[in-house]
Amino acid sequence: MTATATAPRRARSPRSGIRRGEAAAGWIFTLPVIIILGVFLLIPVLMALWVSVSDWSGRGSPFSSAVGFVGIENYAAVTTGDGLATRDFGTAMRNNAWYVLLVVPLQTALSLFLAVLVNGAVLRGRGLFRTAFYFPSVTATVAIMVLWLFLFNAIGPVNAILAAIGIDGPNWWADPSGILHNALAAVGITDGPAVLTQNDFLGVSWWNWLAGPSVAMSAIILMGIFTTSGTFMLLFLAALQNIGPEIQEAAMVDGANAWQRFWRVTLPQLKPALFTVLTLGLIGCWQVFDQIYTGTQGAPGKTTLTPAYLSYDAGFLDQHWGQGAAIAFILFAIIVLFTIFQRWVLRERPVSRRRARQYQLPTRPATATPATVAADQAPSPPDPAETRGRS
Amino acid sequence: MTRHTTRGLLGAGALLITGALALTSCGSGFDDGGGGGGGDAGSGELTSSDDALTVLIGTSGDAETTAVEDAVAAWSEEAGVEATVQVANDLPQQLSQGFAAGDPPDLFYLATEALAGYAGNGSLVAYGDQLENKDDFYPSLVENFTFEDEFYCAPKDFSTLALVINKGLWDAAGLTDADIPTTWEQLATVAQTLTKDGVVGLGFGPEYQRVGAFMAQAGGGLVEDGEAIASSQENVDALTYVQGNMTAGTFAYSSDVGAGWGGEAFGKQLTAMTIEGNWITGAMTNDFPDVQYVVAELPEGPAGKGTLQYTNCWGMAADSPNQQAALDLVQYLTSTEQQLAFSEAFGVMPSIESAAEQWTSDNPDLAAFLAGADYAQGIPTYDGTADVITDFNAQLEGLKTGDPQEILDSVQSNLEAIVG
Repeated sequence: MTATATAPRRARSPRSGIRRGEAAAGWIFTLPVIIILGVFLLIPVLMALWVSVSDWSGRGSPFSSAVGFVGIENYAAVTTGDGLATRDFGTAMRNNAWYVLLVVPLQTALSLFLAVLVNGAVLRGRGLFRTAFYFPSVTATVAIMVLWLFLFNAIGPVNAILAAIGIDGPNWWADPSGILHNALAAVGITDGPAVLTQNDFLGVSWWNWLAGPSVAMSAIILMGIFTTSGTFMLLFLAALQNIGPEIQEAAMVDGANAWQRFWRVTLPQLKPALFTVLTLGLIGCWQVFDQIYTGTQGAPGKTTLTPAYLSYDAGFLDQHWGQGAAIAFILFAIIVLFTIFQRWVLRERPVSRRRARQYQLPTRPATATPATVAADQAPSPPDPAETRGRS
Repeated sequence: MTRHTTRGLLGAGALLITGALALTSCGSGFDDGGGGGGGDAGSGELTSSDDALTVLIGTSGDAETTAVEDAVAAWSEEAGVEATVQVANDLPQQLSQGFAAGDPPDLFYLATEALAGYAGNGSLVAYGDQLENKDDFYPSLVENFTFEDEFYCAPKDFSTLALVINKGLWDAAGLTDADIPTTWEQLATVAQTLTKDGVVGLGFGPEYQRVGAFMAQAGGGLVEDGEAIASSQENVDALTYVQGNMTAGTFAYSSDVGAGWGGEAFGKQLTAMTIEGNWITGAMTNDFPDVQYVVAELPEGPAGKGTLQYTNCWGMAADSPNQQAALDLVQYLTSTEQQLAFSEAFGVMPSIESAAEQWTSDNPDLAAFLAGADYAQGIPTYDGTADVITDFNAQLEGLKTGDPQEILDSVQSNLEAIVG
């Protein structure tokens, strides 16, 4: 018995027969990409990783003998400690966290809404709308930021429109106050409880973590939503067009209205697209740089400072390359963690039993005893099939 | 399973080998530069070779570019050394790249706040003491470019802050030359007189680089004799004075009136007076030629006159193979004659005292700027100063509703971390 068991069919050598040499060819064909990715991606990343744990000062090679290993000193400088470096990092994290918290859901919702809109067969001039909605995504962020600086100027068009409807618009680019704090101040709360103001995380008090995005950051948040929703609309649109009409028709036959069809039928089928959009959104939102670099450079009051810009600032402007690289890797870790978390939330789950029961006709399991059947079916009227069987 | 592992190892090996090859080819480039320069910076002797020079500048416009190009070309012909001028679009970034790659420009514009970072990591040659015209530079400028007791580089020119007054609005408000303020009280009074019809009396940028002038007039500042003095009573008085006038609506930040900087607010006649440096003359000529203005010295505070000064120097790379020639070029560019030519071309003030008289007689309307040189404060040159000032600026934006003492206390603790 054992002899037959240890004679597997795949004992044939892979190096023989018609498929011999395929491996070598495979390697040759993939080699260019491996080299390009290695030289331009993997090695720079490894170099940056080394810089983040070294005391390289920005002069000459980071691999020269004069550069020493300092362990996690650079990471510690921006995460522990009570100096400016930690506080700046904390402030940048606070700003970016609010940015992510607001931009990711809003841009996803907006792009889905736009996609459903331009997917509709009844809409006239669909092509025009698709182009119009996608247009902001094609335009360079820098160009849009310049436009935004103009639109949201203290005496710019946005405030002019607000003034026309009787609202005294804020001085967008110069207002460092957080919008949540402002909302609280409107109802008379200007100071947080001691437990929030006395304790801090990354050098920023909890009360300030909860300040919300500043007025200036809100303008940038609007811009983030404006520029990216077009791209994501395209992803949703592709997914929507992949959904065959027969399922919709089936749902219609079952009597589902448009609202139910969207939530119960369309949306579940968009899950892969949703996953892509959320992942790309999360990654993009944690890497906000262009707008800050060309527009505000952290002003007003450091409320538009982001970790990506801080990393650039620490390296190129302050010559603290180790800290800059450390910030970049912390950012990397955050993005990875968020992506994993999001994957976990959106994982394929078996339909819960309670939910499944809603869709199932009551059936009698083969192994059921009369007692359990009776218990299950007690409240419901007798099944016609069953009654027929009995008779 | 084993087969997959072998393949994986093979793949990783291939990658590592490629990587190692790539690194060695880059590495040799790094080492050439780094090794050669390191020794020179330490010994204090300048390198000499036949290599051509590269000059990297961050320019304010075509006028400056042309002036520098012409001057360098003239020197190049005279000295017989090839030299080219490159215009940077992002000077700090391009400099950093040059240093990291071991191939920096030989000479470059260097801002005061960048000095400590580059000097600290050995990127710069401290050639200041070898300049023939060393004693001609204003002492306060020399101090600006002195890091750890070494005079690093020659100040190329400088600017100070002064009070710029809109002539039209001034006359319309019934004010005369006799009303030009010389004290804080008078400044507050005229600002109040000028504040009307949507125009704010005095507007300036929301930053230490403007508000700091009041601190100087009150007798304060950021660092004195190697001690952080940010939280001193003088500074608190200065900020309280500014805050009081802001609350009264007679002073305002340029951002509060919707302008990018003090000069823009002034040019658009949103403010009747501003505190700016002599670069404002170019902006007025180009963008607001119809606005007439006069320039006066900033009024005295409790401790007398005070203003801030801004300057750049000609930084020299420690990795430059031809520092002798570079030094010669710097001397040429900072000579009396050449500095006056630059001044005429793009409105800066010469960094040397021997050119002062000529400059004043050439620019009688701007004399107040040069007068400031005698009592101007520079920006401290400790490593990390730029961050502290950025943080200070962030807090100054909220000065109107903030607590001056609290703001200055945090600046003090930030400064103490880098001074000493």
